Formats: sequence, structure tokens, C-alpha cells
Amino acid sequence: MKQVLPKADPERSIGNVFAAARGRLPGAGLVPQIRASAFEVYERTGLPHRGMEDWKYTDLRALIGEVLPLAPRPDAEALVRAKVSAEQVSVDQAVKLVMVDGIFAPELSDLGRLENEVVVRSLREVLENSSPGDMAGLLLSTTSDSAISLNAAMATDGLVITVADGNAVKRPIQIVHVATALSVSTFTRSYLQLGKGAHAAIVESFVSAERASGYQANDAIIALVGNEASLSHIRVAAAASDAVNISSAIIAVGARAKLDLFSMTCSGSISRYQGFIKLAGEGTKVSANGVNLIRDELHADTTMVVDHAVPHCTSREKFRAVIDDCGRSVFQGRIVVRPAARKTDANLTTRALLLSDQAEADSKPELEILADDVTCGHGATSGALDNSLVFYLRARGLSEKDAKMLLIKAFVGESIEEITSENLRDFVTAQAEHWLQAGR
Amino acid sequence: MALLEIRDLHVGVEDREVIRGLDLNVDAGEVHAIMGPNGSGKSTLSHVIAGKLGYEITGGQILFRGENLLRMEPNERAAKGVFLGFQYPVEIPGVTTMNFLRAALNAQRKARDQQEFSTPEFLKRIREVAGSLNIPQDMLKRGVNVGFSGGEKKRNEILQMALFEPSLCILDEIDSGLDIDALRIVASGINALRSPERAMIVITHYRRLLDHVVPDVVHVMSRGRIMKSAGKELALELEASGYAQFEDAA
Ligand SMILES: Nc1ncnc2c1ncn2[C@@H]1O[C@H](COP(=O)(O)OP(=O)(O)OP(=O)(O)O)[C@@H](O)[C@H]1O
Ligand SMILES: [Mg+2]
Repeated sequence: MKQVLPKADPERSIGNVFAAARGRLPGAGLVPQIRASAFEVYERTGLPHRGMEDWKYTDLRALIGEVLPLAPRPDAEALVRAKVSAEQVSVDQAVKLVMVDGIFAPELSDLGRLENEVVVRSLREVLENSSPGDMAGLLLSTTSDSAISLNAAMATDGLVITVADGNAVKRPIQIVHVATALSVSTFTRSYLQLGKGAHAAIVESFVSAERASGYQANDAIIALVGNEASLSHIRVAAAASDAVNISSAIIAVGARAKLDLFSMTCSGSISRYQGFIKLAGEGTKVSANGVNLIRDELHADTTMVVDHAVPHCTSREKFRAVIDDCGRSVFQGRIVVRPAARKTDANLTTRALLLSDQAEADSKPELEILADDVTCGHGATSGALDNSLVFYLRARGLSEKDAKMLLIKAFVGESIEEITSENLRDFVTAQAEHWLQAGR
Repeated sequence: MALLEIRDLHVGVEDREVIRGLDLNVDAGEVHAIMGPNGSGKSTLSHVIAGKLGYEITGGQILFRGENLLRMEPNERAAKGVFLGFQYPVEIPGVTTMNFLRAALNAQRKARDQQEFSTPEFLKRIREVAGSLNIPQDMLKRGVNVGFSGGEKKRNEILQMALFEPSLCILDEIDSGLDIDALRIVASGINALRSPERAMIVITHYRRLLDHVVPDVVHVMSRGRIMKSAGKELALELEASGYAQFEDAA
């Protein structure tokens, strides 16, 4: 279901939303000023629209029209519903940190199980209590994108996670974003800093509680991965089928480090995941993968920019989309190899599996190579299930549904298998299977 | 009652009649060989028996133990004991042979109201069968047929046949692409399954396979019909005379 909304004047209504929310947005000292200027940047263009190259397939101005009022602080009843939803997406062994309608909910979180190697604070607390110098950086961003500017202006809360040099966090940290409200917007912004040689795995789940509907979630995560550090970041978004989810990841990776990134979108009326990955230190390996699982009239857009700024780095990207009914999946992948980035080895493949005649897949892989002596490639395919494979399986006794299911699972598995941790791979596989079963 | 009974079958593919009034009776316990020139409709016949889509049945019927096979889904036919060893087995990346075999076997058992195999039971079965066909365990861990040589793919078909224990085995050019040793292994795999309850239809171009798997009946198929049926000596005769005489008659 697409949101059917009157053609509002988005610029006017968002000004009201920001003005109304201002008093509730946390931050002392310079923060209000930074928010105001982020909002000004946003207002110059307004909601992302088709005129912007990076948003050409996902015209938010046309699709959502306006930004809804900021969600109220969740009450006790909302927290009860949120708890139920958060429990349905548990990663084995993980330490769970729950955000409800854009506000950190310590009462639903496992703060007590956090290992000593990691420090977690809420963004709200940091913005209210830190010295002005520390705070400024949290809302500034080097990425110019109007959804991210709006996020900086409106962010109500988030998590600030720090792992000091040399520390390895054993248990995955799972941030569960739960929406409980109707026709509201939420803005969350988290930070992650991994020191030199540090290790961590972060899982982000986006879910909706019972009765949540028509909301708009805008999340951003900004991560700094130190030299020799290793980060796994797994995101699984299952917003309500009439809700909007926009998630941005801005990640800078140091030298000889490892980044294992995965994003899966399996529900939401309109979803956009955008990753901006900068390889900023030599000898680093990035594996960025994702899956869009789309049915009904849902729309999911995954956009990745992998920016090779220095020599001797490797990046691999594998995206798969399964689209049924009138769903639409967008994948845009840009690989930038800057003049200094000699010996870059970058590759990207995207494949879409169309399960119905009305399903639509748009793929736009792009290489922007400004250096010599690089190995770069990309490939894009889309098509239906191969009937001869379906028949082979059926001739061996599998029902048509089971045969197709097995083939679809294998197809998305090509991307999921890139997740290095078995535990996280199993979690994502289970979520994908849940989506498949729901369509039966 | 014959195990398989095909009466006056007519099949069209893309507006062309490829099977043109074919009759065939196969009794339990028998091995039938079908030989015939390229394009005479042998694979089409095997696909139609197994239930592949894309063929238009314009006339006739196929009965399996007296039941109308054409009305069943391909998986129902498999569960009832129809097995087709493909001329060109497909590759299925991302689905391991092991998982595929287990899913298929249990789906068949479930359809027959038999209890599904547990993991240890299944592993025991598959080890026995793979061992008897000289199929190494690590091949079972790879994607179905992915990167298999032509001969390995054919051996994998026989492995499935041995595992599923079907009552009608149709083997479409199971001997093509096999080296001499592999042919012997495959033939002994087939012979091991010969039994009074089970029938086989072996489609081949070469007498060589029929030296190992000795048929009760040899049929010559040409232009969509069975032109002649006789004993095993017909295979020898065909090798000497070729198919020209039957093509003219058709
Ligand atoms: N899907 C199809 N589309 C068009 N024509 C087809 C199709 N399948 C089979 N045919 C045609 O039907 C005829 C019979 O083909 P079939 O594969 O059954 O022959 P065959 O006897 O198995 O031959 P071979 O000995 O070469 O394996 C051929 O002329 C073939 O071109
Ligand atoms: Mg053939």
C-alpha cells in the first residue's frame, strides 16, 4: 500500500514540523544553532526528488509529499507493545539496545550485559551534557544529502558507541528500532567509533509494533573504523507495510581494516537504504552486500557509494533483489576510485529475480574511475526463475512452491553468505525465510 | 495391468506435432530400450511422462498403474514412483546436493504418508548409495551439478534413482558422456535396481549400454512413433542397418 496523501506543500509543512519540534530536540550550547543550519541546508532542496540524480528512482517529494509531525515520547503502553516486537527479532547472544519511536528505552535494553570493552551512551545524554567541542561533530556531516541534513536537524536520540583501541567486543550489539505510533515521523542518529585494532558487530533491526502505521522513520549511523579494526554492520529493515524508512550509513574506514556490511529490506511502503563508504586508509577490505525482498506495491531502494580514496584497497558488493506482485526494487551502486587510489580492486554485481510480470527492478551500477592501474568491474542482471530448474526439482518430488522457495533462498543466499559471522548469517537467513513464508 | 500404458499419444511443441500417435506398454519387471534418430521425440516423450510444462497433449492418454498420469503434478508423479534421469541435468547453484536430496526424498515420503527420514537415517542411506556408485562425499556438499563433469552429472542422476527407489525409471541417454569405467559403474547401478516390481525405459543411441543393461524389449522410435519393437537383437541390427528404413516408413 502506498501512502495516499493529499498533495501538500512540503516546504511549508516541514517548516512547521521543525518549529513545533524544536523545543523537544535535545542539545545544549551550540547544538540548536547547528540544528538550525542543518535545517536550512535541508530547506534549500526540500525532500529528495527525481531531479536529484541519486534519488531519481525514489522521488520522496512525489511519494510521501510531506514530513509528518515528530512522534510523541512513547508512553508505558507503547513500551509494552515495543517490547513484544523487539523480542521477535533477537539475535542469539546479542546485547539488545532498544529505541522506541526515536527515543532510547533503557528499560527495554540489556545495558547490564554490555561488555567492559564497549561504552554506550544515548545521543540525547551526550548532546545535553558534553562540552560544546564534542557535541558539534555529532550533528555535522560531510555527506551532502537532504535526508541526512533533515536527520541532523531533527534527531531526537540515538546511541553513541565507542570501542577503545585494541578492544574486541565479543557479543553482537543489536539496536532495535521499534515504531509504535501512527502517522508521525522519527529521527534517530547513532555514532560508532572503533579504535585502532578494535572489533565489533552491530546489528540494526527496524520493526513495527502492533497498531503502528503510516509512520516515517529517518535513521542515520555514522561510523569511524580505525586502523586494523574490524566492523560488521548488519541491518534488517521490516517497517510496517504503509510506513516509510530511510536509513543512511556513513562509514569511514582506516588502514588495513575490515568492513563487513549487509543490509536487507523486507517490508515498508517506501524504503531507502543509502550507504556512503569511504576507504580512507590503505590495505583495507570492504564487503558490502544486500538484499531487497519486495512484494505487494512496496518500493525499496538500496543505494551504495563506495569511495576509494587511497591505494591498495579491495571492495566487493553483491546485491540481490526478489520482487513479487507490483513491487519495485531499486539498486544504485557507485564505485568511485580517486586519482590517488592506485591498485584498487573493486567489484559489484547486482541481480534481480522477478516473480511476477508487474514486478520492477531498476539497477544502476556506475564506475567513476579517476586512477590508473586498477581492477574494477560490475555486472547487472534481472530475470524470472528458470523454469527448467523448477521442473528438475519438481520431478524429484518437491511441490512447485517448495521448488521455487528453494531456488529463491539459494538466490538471496548468494548475498547473505558473504556475512562472515555464522550467527549473524543465520539470523539474516531466518528473517529472509520468514519473508518467504509470509508470501505463501 | 501394465505398469505404464501409453495409448495413441499426440504431443505438440510450438505448433508442431512431435509425438504422433505413440503406443507403449511397459510391465513391471521389464527393461525397455528406446532407440531412434535425433529429433524423433524420445526426450519429449520422457518429459511428457515426467510432467514438464510447455507441451501440448493433443490426444491419447498415459496410465500409470491404471491412473491418469497426465492429470498429476510432476511432484505427485515422482512420489508415485516415476523417475526421469535427464539427458541434460541442470545445475542449481546455491542448493547443495545433500540438502536437495534430503528435501526431495522427504517430500516424496511425506506425499506417500511415510515417515520422513531423520538426519542420521538420511546420512546413512546417502553414504551407502554414494559409496556403491563411487561418488565422493565432497561432491554431495557442492551445489547440485555445479561444476560437475558430464559423467559426474549422469552418475548423480543414478544416485538419485538409487536413493528414491522409483518403480518406473526412465533414463534419457544416461550413457552419453560416460567414460568406459563410468559406464560400467552406471550400468551396474542400474542393474542393481532391476527387480520384478520395477520397470525401466532406457533411451540410448548406443548398443554399448545395452550390452551391460540387457533389455527385454527394444523399440525403434522415428518421427514421433514407435516403428518397431523386438527383442534385444534389434539393437545389433540397428547398428548395422541404421534408421533409414524406419524414417521412410514414418
Ligand atoms: N521446447 C521446444 N521447442 C521447439 N521444438 C522443440 C522443443 N522441444 C523439442 N522440440 C523439437 O521436437 C523434436 C523432438 O525433440 P526431442 O528432444 O524429443 O528429440 P530426441 O529424440 O530426444 O533427440 P536426441 O536423440 O537428439 O536427444 C525435435 O525436432 C525438437 O527440435
Ligand atoms: Mg533426447
